[in-house]
Amino acid sequence: MAVNYSAKEEADGHPAGGGPGGGAAAGGGGAVKTRKPDNTAFKQQRLPAWQPILTAGTVLPAFFIIGLIFIPIGIGIFVTSNNIREYEIDYTGIEPSSPCNKCLNVSWDSTPPCTCTINFTLEHSFESNVFMYYGLSNFYQNHRRYVKSRDDSQLNGDNSSLLNPSKECEPYRTNEDKPIAPCGAIANSMFNDTLELYHVENDTRTAIPLIKKGIAWWTDKNVKFRNPTGDGNNLTALFQGTTKPVNWPKPVYMLDSEPDNNGFINEDFIVWMRTAALPTFRKLYRLIERKSNLQPTLQAGKYSLDITYNYPVHSFDGRKRMILSTISWMGGKNPFLGIAYITVGSICFFLGVVLLIIHHKYGNRNTSADIPN
Amino acid sequence: MFRVGLRCAGEEKRVGTRTVVVGHRPVSEADAYVAQKFCDNRIVSSKYTVWNFLPKNLFEQFRRIANFYFLIIFLVQVIVDTPTSPVTSGLPLFFVITVTAIKQGYEDWLRHRADNEVNKSNVFVIENAKQVQKESEKIKVGDIVEVKADETFPCDLIFLASSSTDGTCYVTTASLDGESNFKTHYAVRDTTVLCTDEAIDSLTATIECEQPQPDLYKFVGRIIMYRSNQEPVARLVLQLSLPPSKIKATVCTTLKYVWQSNPFNDEPWYNEKTKKERETFKVLRMFTDFLSFMVLFNFIIPVSMYVTVEMQKFLGSFFISWDKEMYDEEIKEGALVNTSDLNEELGQVEFVFTDKTGTLTENSMEFIECCIDGHKYKDCISEVDGFSQTDGPLKYYGKAEKSREELFLRALCLCHTVRIKQADQVDGLIGHPECKNTYISSSPDEIALVKGAEKYGFTFLGLENDFMKIRNQKNETEMYQLLHTLNFDPVRRRMSVIVRTTTGKLLLFCKGADSSIFPRVQQEEIQQTKVHVDRNAMDGYRTLCVAFKELTQKEYDRIDRQLNEAKMALQDREEKMAKVFEDTEADMHLIGATAVEDRLQEQSAETIEALHAAGMKVWVLTGDKMETAKSTCYACRLFQTSTELLELTARVVGESERKEDRLHELLMDYHKRLIQDVPKPRGSLKRSWTLSQEYGLIIDGSTLSLILNPSQDSSSSHYKSIFLQICLKCTAVLCCRMAPLQKAQIVRMVKNTKGSPITLSIGDGANDVSMILEAHVGIGKEGRQAARNSDYAVPKFKHLRKLLLAHGHLYYVRIAHLVQYFFYKNLCFILPQFLYQFFCGFSQQPLYDAAYLTMYNICFTSLPILAYSLLEQHINIDTLTSDPQLYILSFVGAGRNPWGWFEPVCLPCDRDRGAVELQKGCLYPQCFLLELSNVLCIAYSVYAL
Repeated sequence: MAVNYSAKEEADGHPAGGGPGGGAAAGGGGAVKTRKPDNTAFKQQRLPAWQPILTAGTVLPAFFIIGLIFIPIGIGIFVTSNNIREYEIDYTGIEPSSPCNKCLNVSWDSTPPCTCTINFTLEHSFESNVFMYYGLSNFYQNHRRYVKSRDDSQLNGDNSSLLNPSKECEPYRTNEDKPIAPCGAIANSMFNDTLELYHVENDTRTAIPLIKKGIAWWTDKNVKFRNPTGDGNNLTALFQGTTKPVNWPKPVYMLDSEPDNNGFINEDFIVWMRTAALPTFRKLYRLIERKSNLQPTLQAGKYSLDITYNYPVHSFDGRKRMILSTISWMGGKNPFLGIAYITVGSICFFLGVVLLIIHHKYGNRNTSADIPN
Repeated sequence: MFRVGLRCAGEEKRVGTRTVVVGHRPVSEADAYVAQKFCDNRIVSSKYTVWNFLPKNLFEQFRRIANFYFLIIFLVQVIVDTPTSPVTSGLPLFFVITVTAIKQGYEDWLRHRADNEVNKSNVFVIENAKQVQKESEKIKVGDIVEVKADETFPCDLIFLASSSTDGTCYVTTASLDGESNFKTHYAVRDTTVLCTDEAIDSLTATIECEQPQPDLYKFVGRIIMYRSNQEPVARLVLQLSLPPSKIKATVCTTLKYVWQSNPFNDEPWYNEKTKKERETFKVLRMFTDFLSFMVLFNFIIPVSMYVTVEMQKFLGSFFISWDKEMYDEEIKEGALVNTSDLNEELGQVEFVFTDKTGTLTENSMEFIECCIDGHKYKDCISEVDGFSQTDGPLKYYGKAEKSREELFLRALCLCHTVRIKQADQVDGLIGHPECKNTYISSSPDEIALVKGAEKYGFTFLGLENDFMKIRNQKNETEMYQLLHTLNFDPVRRRMSVIVRTTTGKLLLFCKGADSSIFPRVQQEEIQQTKVHVDRNAMDGYRTLCVAFKELTQKEYDRIDRQLNEAKMALQDREEKMAKVFEDTEADMHLIGATAVEDRLQEQSAETIEALHAAGMKVWVLTGDKMETAKSTCYACRLFQTSTELLELTARVVGESERKEDRLHELLMDYHKRLIQDVPKPRGSLKRSWTLSQEYGLIIDGSTLSLILNPSQDSSSSHYKSIFLQICLKCTAVLCCRMAPLQKAQIVRMVKNTKGSPITLSIGDGANDVSMILEAHVGIGKEGRQAARNSDYAVPKFKHLRKLLLAHGHLYYVRIAHLVQYFFYKNLCFILPQFLYQFFCGFSQQPLYDAAYLTMYNICFTSLPILAYSLLEQHINIDTLTSDPQLYILSFVGAGRNPWGWFEPVCLPCDRDRGAVELQKGCLYPQCFLLELSNVLCIAYSVYAL
């Protein structure tokens, strides 16, 4: 880019950085205080300035360089994103043919729970660690009333908040005059479908081990969420005096059998409590670790997904999905960034070519009239 | 040292007169002494006390629409359950309010201190023949106060006696009306002898006078000792009037809110409303939602923008006072910025009103020539100073009789109010090194005339005990007893003195404007002099005619009696005096005329040309006579030779009864020529220079008052508007013979025209203060009286060029960019928030963290734009000054914006004028904000359906 330096000249020979001394000396001695302004570049608004002037010589290379840099970056990102394996099943059961259709109008307290099984086939094998997500659509976890409907100090193990939750939790604050733990709309609506994955080989179903720990943020698990403290480690005793959220089948201290994944520090619970920003979202459900270097984590083939269908979404026109995905250095599958890079790069390059042609054909006609001054 | 009785100015209006008992001594036992209640002498210029500071200051601050707006937002956040916490807007508001309160508190503390200084200053009061030292605030009405030379009067005073035996004192009224010249005041003859403490103590008197009133220059009262008497007065009024601050508040638009019925069943099982929420009314709920949206988007207009803009204005104004090119070596002063609020208005000036004397011209008068009986006398040496030796080479163009010559010169020496001051430190006066004397006078013309006479051999030596001493050409001293001075006033436009020569002859000398002298002299004498006067006036000189008349003793006795009667009158003194003056100054003999030059200031012509080229219309408002003013206008190229002049003066209108009709005819005629016959230029942006023919208008004070205050109301407003249209079509307008208030009237008239153009007034004297205060931007001359009342002060007229063309232009562009950028960045900041509402069920969920919302404008994004708005020069300053046309481009071009839809949002500018009045500018985003909230509410309703 051509830079037109127009540092203004010092009009009358005074050095630019003369400082206050210069002015005072001109005024005739320090005794008489003079109001004569100092002759400095700053005070006289003569600081050097530059003004970039756009010419063909600067703009054309800029276009080409942007194009040449962006296109490869875009291609790289796009390829990376495409190499990510992702498989998604909608198991809401809207379609009558879906095995889960029978569970569509399930309610919270239906016993026995409605179960359904969906079979699917992976065309490609999943080589690296696989992340298993559940996804919800049209679920406004970002609604303001919903977002604030929680008591963070209760979740942090504060004993007084445990028995007296914040007003923000209304109308999920108390039930039958007992404080709800964990209170609030978010906790109350916790996702409670159970997903189990089986590899089907020659009609034999092999359960794929799903790891339920390590799916929450470290800070959430260790800092933000803590069980209430007290004598002993018996969670049942610690949660004494509280009641379970209305929609939950079991109280919070029975979420899991392992003590370090139970109560408020249950990772499924923590994942749910971190509200999603958009109404269509996915949340990490389980991890599938690669066992050996020889075998892919999930090889291509038939699989079946067993669903314990507890979570009603039909009433608000929602959808439920199960997603299997691998990740790369840039996260999950996201073709947009790569495409954006490629598009911007291509447009720049194309414009560069067009301008080059225009410049080549018409550029030399009247160079003098470039900048009317 | 003056001995002075005291009066105090009360605030309340009371009718009738008040009686003050001098020295608190009852006049006689018989009179029941009714103690009148007067207010005390304490001065309060401070606004607050410790007790009322907080409520009053807060009230003052929240009267500003911006602060009030943010307060409302804050209250909404506190009351309604809104997405962001009240802290996000409360904190910056609190910060701004606190800083302002501290600043104002500090200023008020300074005022308190200054008040205390005055109130606690020591004053000598004479009680029981002894000087008693008192604090100024403890002075009571009726105390006798002793004031020494160069002291400030502690209160309104009546002049009883002074150290000089003739009972005079010289007073400047600089702190009242800005006139720093000396005014002579005389004590009542009967009290002048009371020079000692004992003597004054023996005085038993009451003073009857009017109730306090706002007119500074009028005081009617009488002192009753043993007989009724009249006394002149030194009167000061202790009313500090602050110039009206330019508060431009624009009221926000009405809130249009289209409410749509709302089924509102958005309540999925996972996110139920509370009971309370369910029970609230739908209308109320809609309103709450609306307020929440408003709060969410109020960051488009952040509080910090006001802070940044204030900072930019405040810091930016330093560049004006730092400008080396606006520093004047002679008076050792640079430009002065009194108000920083108006920097950008300097860049949009459309009308420039300038005073002539002292502004376009130097106001250092120089005696150029005189004419005696039609013979011209001209000094061939043109010197600025050092007259004293020039007895010498005078060029005589023909010669008048010797006796007439001497009479003329004596007249010059006698007919004036010049005083001689031996001391050296007098403000604003012309020194005279040879004589070690300084002439003091209320007008520089008089000094020039006295010096002129001195050049021809007649030197005024001073006034002693009513005797004026003159040294004549033969170096003899002549003595004249000064009997009466008929002071100058702007209505009569002349002054006279009555003197008695040593031989006992009584002479009346009169000098004044030709128009006021000619009707009062023998008609046959006029002709020869008139030629000279007119030619001098054409040359741009100020002319005065001198006349005299000899009085017989009988005539004098009559005049003396009448004058004293008139002076003693309590009612209608003015009219009676005027009547006596009128009678006295009649049937005189014209001796000659003088011409005094008032030199043009350097580069005033170039400056005016530049201002013209920059699309500004320059109006000259002067108190001078038409011919003089006209020639000055030609000299400074306000009128070009090609300019067609339209005249609306007493001369063309005539003096007859029909003058109003004649005036209306003229107006219609000019209107036809200027407006109806000229094809309408396309668009309002085309400015007058595009017209082929330039018109100039000359109007004088009497005609103007005829137009503005007509005798019959019929169709007056019609002619007023026609007059205005004519004025606006002219490139240059000269208004001569203007009274100070008329100047302000004109400015107000132009200011209130359609499109309310930005006006600028520049002047130097106290008579310009009214128009300086009236205009949007007032510019005073540095070091003169007008400076303290002005927004900016520059040393010379030529500095206006850089002030407007460079600084004004730059500040206009800078602040425009600043404001636009602020809206732009906040729009960018808030737009995602807006879009997010479509994804979160319109639940007003904020996208950003509260801390980020708060800090975004205060810390993260304010400094770069502040630096930019202080330093940006989109065009080199030299180019700006040398090419005035760029000035027009700035404010015409600012309205141009390719982003049609975006314009109301990011361009806080009026399309026509491109005014960046902030208040006005903020309306757009504010409306936009309401609009956004509306859109969302409606979308929400639709969504909920």
